[in-house]
Amino acid sequence: MTVAVLSGKGGTGKTFVSVNLAAVAKDAVYLDCDVEEPNGRLFLKPEQVTSSPVTVPLPAFDGEKCTGCRKCVEFCRFNALVFVKNRPMVFPEVCHSCGGCALVCPVHAVTETPRLVGTVEEGLSGGVRVVTGILNPGEVSAVPVIKNVLQKVAQDSGLAIVDCPPGSGCSVMESVSRADYCLLVAEPTAFGLHNFKMVHRLVRLLHKPCGVVINKASGEYSPLEQFCAETNTPVLLRIPYSTELAARTAAGEVAVRRDAAIAGTFRGLLNEIRKEACDEKTADSER
Amino acid sequence: MKIAIPIEENKEAVCVSFGRAPYFLIHDTDTKTSEIKVNPAAEAEGGAGLKAAQFVVDAGADALITVRCGQNAADVFMAAGVKIYKALSTYANENLKAMAEGKLDELTSFHAGFHGKS
Repeated sequence: MTVAVLSGKGGTGKTFVSVNLAAVAKDAVYLDCDVEEPNGRLFLKPEQVTSSPVTVPLPAFDGEKCTGCRKCVEFCRFNALVFVKNRPMVFPEVCHSCGGCALVCPVHAVTETPRLVGTVEEGLSGGVRVVTGILNPGEVSAVPVIKNVLQKVAQDSGLAIVDCPPGSGCSVMESVSRADYCLLVAEPTAFGLHNFKMVHRLVRLLHKPCGVVINKASGEYSPLEQFCAETNTPVLLRIPYSTELAARTAAGEVAVRRDAAIAGTFRGLLNEIRKEACDEKTADSER
Repeated sequence: MKIAIPIEENKEAVCVSFGRAPYFLIHDTDTKTSEIKVNPAAEAEGGAGLKAAQFVVDAGADALITVRCGQNAADVFMAAGVKIYKALSTYANENLKAMAEGKLDELTSFHAGFHGKS
């Protein structure tokens, strides 16, 4: 089962929830898809780390073969190719690596060369396999690195926890693409609710079953609870704000490995998720 | 020589945005005639600066007068040998006059692109 953890707003506790869920499950894969700032590794501290490069194909043009017909430039929907002085000129950061220019070139003057955009690291932390996607600074699209991270999960493997990037754009859509269940981490504030509604809409559009963890839940913030009730979205857990928990997190500790009570809480959450995802599957097959 | 200027809906004022300007004024200093052309990049989803730069290069412009310009478009103009000048006044015709009098400076600093952030 693959569980994606997302939130819309940053800083609600996606990494906190993902890391602790993976650690309490023991036999699990933790996938950090927040590739612009992957920090699950700061808590899990994986060992025996190996890394592999992530590349995307970039067109190169053979000036001898090119006849200047302009077909590639006209084909490019992303305007990554510009025709100057009778030859195409490529803008690497605008190119989406679709391969179209190579396909339409009538004289086969286009070859694709790999361009490095990031790295994927793999290591072990207790029983948790830690996969970290790292996007090179300055790169525009996180999607190729996220795709690469998700490929590291075998089809029928056990529990995989996907730590998603913030927001609700392309990189989040890619991160939840393989999820069987989406866990939305919400913060009980007006800003938190606003962005929570955006990711809630996204996962519903993608027909993903979802449940909510309200983090830093001190006192009741009724608009959030109300929204969850109205949309039939189950609240699986409320984690009250605790300075002790905050201090552990700030010290880079994995809370469930140090605190039996919080370990029990996360074990309970994992069971809830399993039950919800299972119910959803049954409901699906009955439909 | 031909000079291109991104202009506003009113077809007189210089548009602050280069890539997403609704029109381009193309002025020919030899024939002293001006043409107003729709910018095909105005509504582009992405790469508007590059598409607009392509349009200006294809129009045969030797120079561009603009308020600002992104690095990608500037690279195209550099490769195509199109000089970029910094607009001094609000109206296109005043800038053309200033250009003829040699009062416009070349634009030397380019932004990294706004990419939907305007």
